[in-house]
Amino acid sequence: MSVLSLKDVHITYHTAAGGVPAVRGVDIEVAKGEVLGLAGESGCGKSTIAGAILRLLPSRTKVEGSITLDGEDILSMKLGRLRAVRWTGASIVFQGAMHALNPVQRVGDQIGEAITVHNQAGEREAKVRVGSLLEQVGLPTRRAADYPHELSGGQKQRVMIAMALACNPSLIIADEPTTALDVMVQAQVLRLMKDLQRDLGLSMVFITHDLSVLVETSDRLAIMYAGKIVEEGPATSVFEDPKHPYTAALAAAFPQIGDRRFRGNPTGLGGDPPDPQEIPSGCPFHPRCPAAFADCQRTVPELYAAGTGRRAACLLVTGAHASTAEVTE
Amino acid sequence: MQTPPITPGGDPNLTSGRIPESLAEVRSPRQIRRARRRRALSTFWAQYRKSKMGMAGLIILAFFAAVAIFAVFASKDGLDPTLVEGPRLASPSATYPLGTDSFGVSVLTQVIQGSKISLLVGLVASIMTIAIGALVGIVSGYRGGTYDTLLMRFTDFGLVVPWLALAIILASIIGPSLVTIILVIGLTSWPGTARLVRSQVLSVRERPYVERARALGGGNWHMIAHHVLPNVMPVILANAVLVVAIAILSETALSFLGLGDPFSFSWGGIIESAFNGHATTLGAWWWIGPPGVCIVLVVLAFTMIGFALDEIINPKLRER
Repeated sequence: MSVLSLKDVHITYHTAAGGVPAVRGVDIEVAKGEVLGLAGESGCGKSTIAGAILRLLPSRTKVEGSITLDGEDILSMKLGRLRAVRWTGASIVFQGAMHALNPVQRVGDQIGEAITVHNQAGEREAKVRVGSLLEQVGLPTRRAADYPHELSGGQKQRVMIAMALACNPSLIIADEPTTALDVMVQAQVLRLMKDLQRDLGLSMVFITHDLSVLVETSDRLAIMYAGKIVEEGPATSVFEDPKHPYTAALAAAFPQIGDRRFRGNPTGLGGDPPDPQEIPSGCPFHPRCPAAFADCQRTVPELYAAGTGRRAACLLVTGAHASTAEVTE
Repeated sequence: MQTPPITPGGDPNLTSGRIPESLAEVRSPRQIRRARRRRALSTFWAQYRKSKMGMAGLIILAFFAAVAIFAVFASKDGLDPTLVEGPRLASPSATYPLGTDSFGVSVLTQVIQGSKISLLVGLVASIMTIAIGALVGIVSGYRGGTYDTLLMRFTDFGLVVPWLALAIILASIIGPSLVTIILVIGLTSWPGTARLVRSQVLSVRERPYVERARALGGGNWHMIAHHVLPNVMPVILANAVLVVAIAILSETALSFLGLGDPFSFSWGGIIESAFNGHATTLGAWWWIGPPGVCIVLVVLAFTMIGFALDEIINPKLRER
C-alpha cells in the first residue's frame, strides 16, 4: 500500500491578479520505504506540493483532486484531525534551517515541541527522547540546551532532521534540505538522511533543484516543469538516459569532473520558466526545447510509457516526430 | 555513521545536565514543572546579577520603593500648611534637609510622600497600558482580517484624539482622584503600544518557525504562547519602560492641571505648586529641583532595568 498518493492534483493560488495555477494535474505515489525525488526549476510547483500534503498553503488557495496519506483523505479532513495528523503522519524538513528555528527557544525544547503538542510523552520522557534523537542525527545530547544561534548551519539542519523524526511519522517531506549549506556539509547531511531513511524504513519525498543530489538519495525520480510531471522513473536510469529534453538539460547542467567535453564549456538551459498565468500552448516546454517540432505547439503531451517503469511527457517518445522533425524557433 | 534505534527509556545520563534527580524517582508532572520553573528563575537571577546597568537600576528603584513604603507609615502631620510653623522659603539646613516651601512645609516630607503616589500611578497605569496594548496588538496582528481592521480603526481613533482633551473629559466625568488618574492614563496611552506590538506580530507571524509550528500540529494558542509572544516580548518590555516613564510624566501633567487627588502629594503636584509659588524667580531651587530629580531617577532606573531584561530575554544580545 502506498503511504502517499496524489491523484490529479491541481493547485491554484489566489492573487489580486486572478488565480495562478501552480500545479496542473499531478499524480504521485510513494510506497512504504521508498524515496521519491521531486526535481525542477524554481516555480515549477514542487514546494507547493509539499505544502499541500499537510494543507499548509494560504487559506484561499484552491486544491483539487485527491491527496491521501496512509489511506486517509487529507483534503476532506476536519481541522482537529488534520492537526493530529500533522507531524505524526507526515513531517517536513524545512529549507533554510536558520529561519525555521525559533531564535528564543532552546533547540531541545523545539525538538520536544512536537512530542508534547501531540501528547506522546510527558516532559521528562520527551527530554530523554530528544536526547536520543540528537544522538541519532550525530549531535551530542548536551546540544539540547543550546540556542539556534549557537549552532552552525549543518548542525541546525541536523536539528531540523531530529525534529522531523520526533513523532515517528510514516512520511518525511524534505523540502530542499541542503540549500544554503556548503558542499561538504551538504554531503554529510545527505548521507545522514539516507542512513536514517534506510535504518528506520522511512518513506520520503525529497524536493530539490539539484538533480545530482537526487540520484544519490532517491529510488525514483519525478521531474516537474510548469506544474506538471514531465518525466518519471527509476532514479539512475532517468539521470543517465533522460527521455525528455528538459530532463536532459537538467542532467547536463552538472559537469563531469575530469571529462574534457565539459571543460570551459558549461551547458545550461536558455530562457526562463514560463509564467504560470501564461503557459505556452501545446507542450509547455516547446519554446525552450532544442528538439521541438511543429506538432509541439499544438499537442499537449501526456505521460507516455518510455521503457521499463518509465514515463515521459514528450512527443519524441511516441515517435511522432519521425517525419516532421523541424526546429520551430 | 552509527544510528542507534530510538529507545523510549534512553540513557539516563543523557539528561543529567538538566535534571539532577535520578530517573527512578517518580514525580508528578506538576512537581516537575514547578522544579523547572524554580530552576529557570534562579538562572534568570544569576544572569540578571551580571548586568551592572540592571543592578544599578534595580538599586535606585529599590531605594524609591523603600521610601514609598516608608511614606505609607510615616506621619503626615507636617504637610498641612495651616499647622506648620517652619520658616518660609528657607534654604536647606539641618532641620529641613531640602528646605521649605512658601508655606513653610518641609520639601523633603513632601517628596517622600510624593514617591508613593508617583510610583503607584506609574506602575499601575503602565500595567494597564501594556496589558491592553499587547492584547489588542497580538489579536489584531495574529488574526488579521476583520479583527485587525476593527481593532486598528479603534486604535487609530485613540491615537488621533488629542490625549489631553480626552484625559480632561474622562477625569471630569469620573471626578478627580487617584483612581481617575490611573484609569485616564491607562485608557488613553495603549494605542501606541498596540500599534508597535501589532507590527512586530505581523513580522513574527510570517517567520518560518511559526509555519513549522503549524506544520507540527500546533494550534493558535500554542503558536501565540510559544512562538509569537516570546519573540514579541523584547518589544513589549522595551515599550513598557517608556510607558512607565510616560505614565509618571502624565501623572505630573494631570496633577498640574488639578485633575489629581487634591488631598495627596505627588512629585508632579510639588512641581506645580513650586511653579505657582514662583520658585524659579525666587531662586528656591530646593523646592522645584528635588521632585524633578526624583522623576528623572525613577524613569532612568526603569530604562536601565528594561535594557538588562532585554539582554536576557533576547539570547542574541546575551554575552557568552
